Amino acid sequence: MAIQVREVDKHFGEFQALDDVSIEVADGALTALLGPSGSGKSTLLRIIAGLETPDSGHVVIDEEDVTSSPARERGIGFVFQHYAPFKHMTVHDNVGFGLSVRKRPKREISDRVGELLALVRLDGLADRYPSQLSGGQQQRMALARALAVQPQVLLLDEPFGALDAQVRAELREWLRRLHDEIHVTTIFVTHDQEEAMEVAEQIVVMNHGRIEQAGTPRELYEAPANEFVMSFIGPVNRLGDAFLRPHDIQLLSDSEGEGEEALVERVVHLGFEVRVELKLGDGRELWAQVTRETAQQLELVEGQILTLRLPQPRVFAQTS
Amino acid sequence: MASQPASSGTAALAAPRRRVPRVAPRVTGVLGRGLLVLYLSILVLLPMAALTAKAFDGGTHAFWKEISSPEAWAAIKLTLIASVIVVLINAVFGTIIAWVLVRDRFPGKGIVNAVIDLPFALPTIVAGLVLLALYGKSSPVGINVTFTRAAVVLALLFVTLPFVVRSVQPVMIDLDRSMEEAASSLGANNRTVLRRIVLPTLLPAILSGVALSFARAIGEYGSLILITGNLPFKTEAGSVYIFGQIQNENLPAAAAVSVFLLAIALLVLAVLNLLQRRWSRHVL
Amino acid sequence: MSSSATATLPVGIEEGGGVARGLPRGKPNSTIGSSRGGRLAMRTIALGYLAILLGAPLVMIFYRTFEHGLAPVWDAVTAPNALHAMSLSLEIVLIVVPLNTIFGIGAAIMLERGRMPGKTLFGLLIDMPFAISPVVVGLALVLVYGRAGWFGDELAAQGINIIFSIPGMVMATALVTLPFVVRETVPVLRELGTDSEQAAETLGASPWQTFWRVTLPGIRWGVGYGVVLTTARALGEFGAVSIVSGRITGQTQTLPLYVQDRFENFDTTGAYTAAVMLALLALFTLLAMNLLARRANKKGGH
Repeated sequence: MAIQVREVDKHFGEFQALDDVSIEVADGALTALLGPSGSGKSTLLRIIAGLETPDSGHVVIDEEDVTSSPARERGIGFVFQHYAPFKHMTVHDNVGFGLSVRKRPKREISDRVGELLALVRLDGLADRYPSQLSGGQQQRMALARALAVQPQVLLLDEPFGALDAQVRAELREWLRRLHDEIHVTTIFVTHDQEEAMEVAEQIVVMNHGRIEQAGTPRELYEAPANEFVMSFIGPVNRLGDAFLRPHDIQLLSDSEGEGEEALVERVVHLGFEVRVELKLGDGRELWAQVTRETAQQLELVEGQILTLRLPQPRVFAQTS
Repeated sequence: MASQPASSGTAALAAPRRRVPRVAPRVTGVLGRGLLVLYLSILVLLPMAALTAKAFDGGTHAFWKEISSPEAWAAIKLTLIASVIVVLINAVFGTIIAWVLVRDRFPGKGIVNAVIDLPFALPTIVAGLVLLALYGKSSPVGINVTFTRAAVVLALLFVTLPFVVRSVQPVMIDLDRSMEEAASSLGANNRTVLRRIVLPTLLPAILSGVALSFARAIGEYGSLILITGNLPFKTEAGSVYIFGQIQNENLPAAAAVSVFLLAIALLVLAVLNLLQRRWSRHVL
Repeated sequence: MSSSATATLPVGIEEGGGVARGLPRGKPNSTIGSSRGGRLAMRTIALGYLAILLGAPLVMIFYRTFEHGLAPVWDAVTAPNALHAMSLSLEIVLIVVPLNTIFGIGAAIMLERGRMPGKTLFGLLIDMPFAISPVVVGLALVLVYGRAGWFGDELAAQGINIIFSIPGMVMATALVTLPFVVRETVPVLRELGTDSEQAAETLGASPWQTFWRVTLPGIRWGVGYGVVLTTARALGEFGAVSIVSGRITGQTQTLPLYVQDRFENFDTTGAYTAAVMLALLALFTLLAMNLLARRANKKGGH
């Protein structure tokens, strides 16, 4: 189901959370709302869900204007950052809740719950209580619960924020595969650009209640619309008005050809890549990212003088 | 989430708010709210209004006349002084008891902890009778406090026992030991750690317990009537005086003293609440 | 310096992590009071105070009641006025507790989840009964619903008797027990948070379904604790009911009033027996409080 958000504004008291926001999400797409805290991404998600109402503007789901419909009539599934489990119910009852609210027969509910638990790899845990599950398991339960009522749209609010790094990585991968299987229009909110880049097909970058840019991960990385997007997505060096990507900086040994001269201040070995902190002749500092081979070839060491070949830097027009 | 002790006076109000989600169970609805407000009005608002009206029926002049009548004033004085003594004792002993319950271990601690709430659960008249059994006329240990002012203090101590203890306990449980350990590692001795680290942290809870103790003490009735003998000018507490005036159908006098004591209770609650909040902001 | 430093180290850190000799086993306690003398002193003070104030008197009353054997006690228990007092107390409780529970849950939701003007006043009025003397409660009710009160004439015209009869006693009891369920429910409601309620909404539940299936089960221990407190207080209320009831023996005497009545009539066995019954109910209440307190996630006890 395609989703359109048109010119939505939202204030909380004096604070403006969303300012004239419009986005389009294609049917079946996996989209990320990415931005720092306070950017309005969660608010936008909740407005799409119907958990908040916009001050002005429209939300259209599957060609129907749902702006004034409450959440339970929109056919959405919502997954919360802290899972929102029904603590007093078993996993089975949690997942089956949406169906039992619609008064489906017990047999039908049981069957469906069984299917979903198998899908999210929680079979065998149907009679446990949420407090007996790990964070990752609870989040999978929450997902199963949301999917049980066959929503047209799946919305996830920082779904992996409360989990530790390893589990987060696993669930990211798993969400992508799930989406491949099920093809529900999915929107998730995150402040982690790596997560957005890895999982989403389309990313909407937000800041201060406005959309900065929307596009595929590649588009955003290679053709950022402004300095915010460039700094937010991917590592960046800033020299005055110019922005440079660390891995676009070529390091050559001192003798080899022309470029800027730079002093190696520090070499940090981060496993598969190496980070080199450099100081230019005029005192400006930046850092480059190179592979292990390159580092070995150049025999990188502190105090070394290298030649840098810098790419064409990006300069963005100053916006007010 | 550390929950505030349910006995802090404004537990019903102290919710910090950022954005209240629009979604609230519409269960209450307009009709429901109306009913709740009506219930509250019938029970609390109207009677309080009638009380205040009666107290000032003959104007402020009459009000002060009733308060300052010799018997009334003696009763008020006794109540206030006894209550102050009682809350001071409670502040000290209540904290010690809370300390022992949280930090110490001994057999039967669970039972002792449960028994602290006894004055909450016991009817006040029974409390009075219970104290009378041991410290009254036929006392097996020879202590007879009937007809004395000490009886007033004793009864009030009994009924206000749980307040400070229960107020301080949760705070003490949440107390971050690492603060004390840090202070020790910096060279502070036990007494200093107590004085400069622990007590300041506990102070808001102690104040909260003191406020509730005080309000309870100045209104206490049932536990006093059997053991104090209710001698006017000597052991007659404010509440007993009020009761007497009602019996004598002297409602304006009863109302005046009631309003006076109630106002003091509310004032003390408000002041201590303010102090407690001020203190928490700076210290915690 | 060094001697005070070791004295303040937590117990058990010496001797390579094992339990230090001579000191009590178990987790190390605080840095302060880890000295044996200090802890023992505090314990003595605390337990001594409690024994003198609570323990001994309680033991005494049980002793006094059964001092002359079981027969007088049984006679006292089965005396008609005693039985009437018990049933009246029970009747009042059975009316007041459900009323205040419904009010309590509704008010807690209003305060914690709703937006409305005058919330502060609402909350203040609910907390008021804590600051009011029971005698004043009785007086205030008489001033509104008594014969000479604000509604006295209208009520008399309708033939409705509130003061000196059961409705008045119900009102007085309801007033003094008003805050309990609300105050115990609010923190539990706060801790529950709105996430699960919103989740239920997105799953298609109506507000009523959300309330019954998600909110109420989520707060049940807090509510239960409040109900126990309400019941205990309702059974034991004395001062307010005393004024409002007229204390007519056999008709408007609750069990606590009966205790006073027996005492004033020099029937000490009768008084002590009734008192012991109430004391047993109180101990039972304590038990219930303790069991529920843990479930309601309270720390320490109350």
